[in-house]
Amino acid sequence: MFLDSKKEKMIAAVTGVVMLLAIWMVFFYLPEMRSGSGEILDSSFRIFYFHLPIAFTSYLAFFVVFIASICQLRRSSRKWDVVALSAAEVGVVFAFLVLVTGSIWAKATWGWYWIWEPRLTTSLVLLLVYLAYLMLRQAVEEPESRARIAAVFGIIGFVSVPLSFLSVRLWRSAHPLMFGGSTYGSSGGGLEGTSLQLTLLVNLIAFVLLFVTMVFYRIRNEEMKEEIDHMHISRY
Amino acid sequence: MLRSLHIAAKDLRTEFRTKQMLNSMVIFSVQVIVIFSISFGDLLGQKDIVDRLAPGVLWIAFIFAGTLGLSRSFASEIENGCLEGLKLCPVDRGAIYTGKTISNSLIMFAVEILTVPVLIVLFNYNIQNVAGLALIIILGTLGFITVGTLLSALTVNTRTREIMLPILLLPLVIPVIIPAIMATGKIMVEGDISDISSELRLLIVYDLIFFAVGHLIFEYTIQD
Repeated sequence: MFLDSKKEKMIAAVTGVVMLLAIWMVFFYLPEMRSGSGEILDSSFRIFYFHLPIAFTSYLAFFVVFIASICQLRRSSRKWDVVALSAAEVGVVFAFLVLVTGSIWAKATWGWYWIWEPRLTTSLVLLLVYLAYLMLRQAVEEPESRARIAAVFGIIGFVSVPLSFLSVRLWRSAHPLMFGGSTYGSSGGGLEGTSLQLTLLVNLIAFVLLFVTMVFYRIRNEEMKEEIDHMHISRY
Repeated sequence: MLRSLHIAAKDLRTEFRTKQMLNSMVIFSVQVIVIFSISFGDLLGQKDIVDRLAPGVLWIAFIFAGTLGLSRSFASEIENGCLEGLKLCPVDRGAIYTGKTISNSLIMFAVEILTVPVLIVLFNYNIQNVAGLALIIILGTLGFITVGTLLSALTVNTRTREIMLPILLLPLVIPVIIPAIMATGKIMVEGDISDISSELRLLIVYDLIFFAVGHLIFEYTIQD
């Protein structure tokens, strides 16, 4: 739809290279993290360089669903529906990975996997909303009304996310802030130094590229499915 | 606006003729409270624990009963082609949404007025600030119903609509449930409206945003 298979393979290859570079940077390029008093901290922080890019990518994916849903309602073309579906499926995987990587880090640092905290809860709600979105898609047979109904839910689902964040923020917050002044005391949370920011940037690019590649493959997958359906119909 | 009131009046008239939905919603929400009261039976003597449990139980009962009612809201229109008739009415599709929201909210308020006394009795509870509690319940219910009405129309064409509605609705109403429960808890303990201003503000924002979005995209849910 968007790319021919040659360009698609190219983008997949680029994604692979950048991904390898990103992983290498996380494990070998990063300097050791030291606390304020100079002791070497354990390596659990390294997962952050996966965690934040994955989180960003999942938000991006759901934003794509939102935009594609609006376009779908305006134009009602098959194309936007496929984009919304693909982005939602990949986004759900990323949203799940955010929770997994976050929980692993939290266990190592806070001592427990889960607390009811704004960002955590918002990520969980996000995952639930888009799981419901995929469930809804399965519950409608007819493709055109499925596209329309899913698009409506894609819009209100996205609108609810910032509201969930605000509502959970009425509770106490414990998630480290990575940018901005309000870091929590001396226990860290700020991100300084070029090597750290560079690693983060490369990881961010790697995961966005991974998302793009996966969405393209998913779209192609859907197109092939349609072709096969057509063949079935023309045979009888 | 007048037209949506007509639609709401029509809904309420059919509902109060049979009282089928209202009765089952009230009985269901009472049952939920009874079940919670039984399962927390040992804790009910301790005042501080009851203060923390009761708001959650109350809202769970409301949400469950409301989901039950909402799943019938548009399903009953499908029978005998009533929805087709509604769509043929010379009114804006948004008016249908507004009317449905009004009638669903009023039915919910009726259920809630009957449920709260049961909570007071079974949880041995006394409410300090009735007006404050009423305000929270009205705002929370409006938020829940605006989303619920839209999703009720959305799921009416799906294969398993009774299952789909709660699955879609619950994650979306989390932003209503959290401030509503927190505010209910505060108003029951301290009983002052200024303590819950941030929760109320959030509920109002939620109500407005979802009513606006619902009004805008409702026509796509019943289009065919």
